[in-house]
Amino acid sequence: MAHFDKKAKPFSHQWLNDRLAVDTVKKVLSTEYWIPKNINFLWAMGMILAATFGLLLVSGIFLLMYYKPDTKLAFDSVNYTIMTEVGYGWLWRHIHGVAASVVFLIIYIHMFTGIYYGSYKKGREMIWLSGMLLFVVFSAEAFSGYMLPWGQMSYWAGMVITNLFSLGSLDIQAIVEWIRGDYVPGDAFLTRFFMLHVLLLPLVILALIVFHFATLRIPHVNNQDGEEIDFEESAKLYKEGNKKESKVIPFNPVFLSKDIFVMGIYFVLFFYLVFYHFEFAMDPVNFDPADGLKTPVHIYPEWYFLWSYEILRPFSKDIGLIAFGFAQVAFFLLPFLDKSPVVAPANRRGLFKFWFWIMLVDMIVLTIMGKLPPEGAWNIIGLVAALTFIVLFAVLPFITKFEKKA
Amino acid sequence: MSSRRDFMGMALGGFAALGGIAALYAAKRTWDPLPSVSAAGFTTIDLSAAKENELAVEKWRGKPIFILKKSSSMPKSDRDIEVGGNRYLVAIGLCTHLGCVPAYLPSDYMFKCACHGGEFDAAGINTFGPPPSPLVIPPFKINGNSIVLGEEGPEYKKMKDAGLTA
Repeated sequence: MAHFDKKAKPFSHQWLNDRLAVDTVKKVLSTEYWIPKNINFLWAMGMILAATFGLLLVSGIFLLMYYKPDTKLAFDSVNYTIMTEVGYGWLWRHIHGVAASVVFLIIYIHMFTGIYYGSYKKGREMIWLSGMLLFVVFSAEAFSGYMLPWGQMSYWAGMVITNLFSLGSLDIQAIVEWIRGDYVPGDAFLTRFFMLHVLLLPLVILALIVFHFATLRIPHVNNQDGEEIDFEESAKLYKEGNKKESKVIPFNPVFLSKDIFVMGIYFVLFFYLVFYHFEFAMDPVNFDPADGLKTPVHIYPEWYFLWSYEILRPFSKDIGLIAFGFAQVAFFLLPFLDKSPVVAPANRRGLFKFWFWIMLVDMIVLTIMGKLPPEGAWNIIGLVAALTFIVLFAVLPFITKFEKKA
Repeated sequence: MSSRRDFMGMALGGFAALGGIAALYAAKRTWDPLPSVSAAGFTTIDLSAAKENELAVEKWRGKPIFILKKSSSMPKSDRDIEVGGNRYLVAIGLCTHLGCVPAYLPSDYMFKCACHGGEFDAAGINTFGPPPSPLVIPPFKINGNSIVLGEEGPEYKKMKDAGLTA
């Protein structure tokens, strides 16, 4: 048996330390978890995401108390009961809707920060891969949540997305009917997506967030110059009191206080949206109850899925499906397609500079085209943007290899 | 010693895998459509009420069914179903691209899907855009002036054998 200080009072510091090693845990996870000084506000996006997920969890718990996962009751339980009868029900719904939309904006900023500064390679591959897994599961979480109000967009988005699983010309209706538990989205479909949205996927997300944090602990976060910092030496300097000479600060309380400042600004904007501009996250078409015999004039996903939807759209059925499948996994491949060992901001990386900015603009163009009806010039621009996306990934190994020689 | 340990390990692993597979099978079956859902829904539709070149939408197994009575000026197709001396298009009203419900444009004798711009002619054959195949003709049986959907009559079997139903 280990040594316990028998004189320690229950729950005193010594008593807890003997049993839980609280001092060590605190050091490893907070006061001696070193963060480079050379960073900017973009390094706060991770904690902003964690906080936004927290808001989604809390608002979701309140919504869960009045929501009814039944095709006959769901629409009214949201639009009548929660919105008009439940005290402050509107608040939870608007927080949930706005947070679900904004969380993707922050995810994209977080992702493109990582791409810009090269934070996905040279020991940081697992950070990138676990982050991409989080993105995929967040997407599934957003999609399953979108089914729940059982409006027209819920129903038809559910129809279109589940039809993708018939795998194009293979036309395997059995898979689609298995996923739905019916010939068309119905009660079985709604209740199983309800289960996914409120239990299974949040559990997976929580586990992945813990894993994502864990992948960060040993390689540490990157910095604005991609500099390889000797964390032990810098930590020593800091602990000796040479804080000015040291290149690092402790996660808690120093880095966290900066994080919380950025979070403060973010939450001012966030709650401005919740109280005054929530309608951007509420598609008017979804305020019509689901009707399996009437397709809305345009079916489009929420803004954060538009870029990958637009990669599906301009092609014929099978090629579109393959392109769409590629778009979903392409970013996972980034650490392996980038053959350059250089970790530096994109602007200092030769051709990769152009790759980064073209990719960013292309994603924005795809997003805009995805929202516009599939007609005339939009079709051509959409096709070019979709092809650009694929070509960019195909050329990445070559331009980064070239960079190595330069 | 080690072979004994290996045996124990393999026995444990084997039984665990067996249990895992059984659990997966149960999970798969739980997601299957319920018997009440998959029990063939038979829907009888009376065609005598249909008007020429005017689309009627009925419901079968939760899916919209297009009924289009053709006027004499509309082109003939071997996908037409003849009931009581009149020609009809009877098809599942879901675009074969991603399952949206196309709209009928009576003046052009064609269907247009709003989702991705697919087009079908009055026989339900894809003429433009991403749809890879014609609108699906559901299993039917002619019964006097009406048809029963979900049952395969001789006319349906003949069309199916000729590859005209999908």
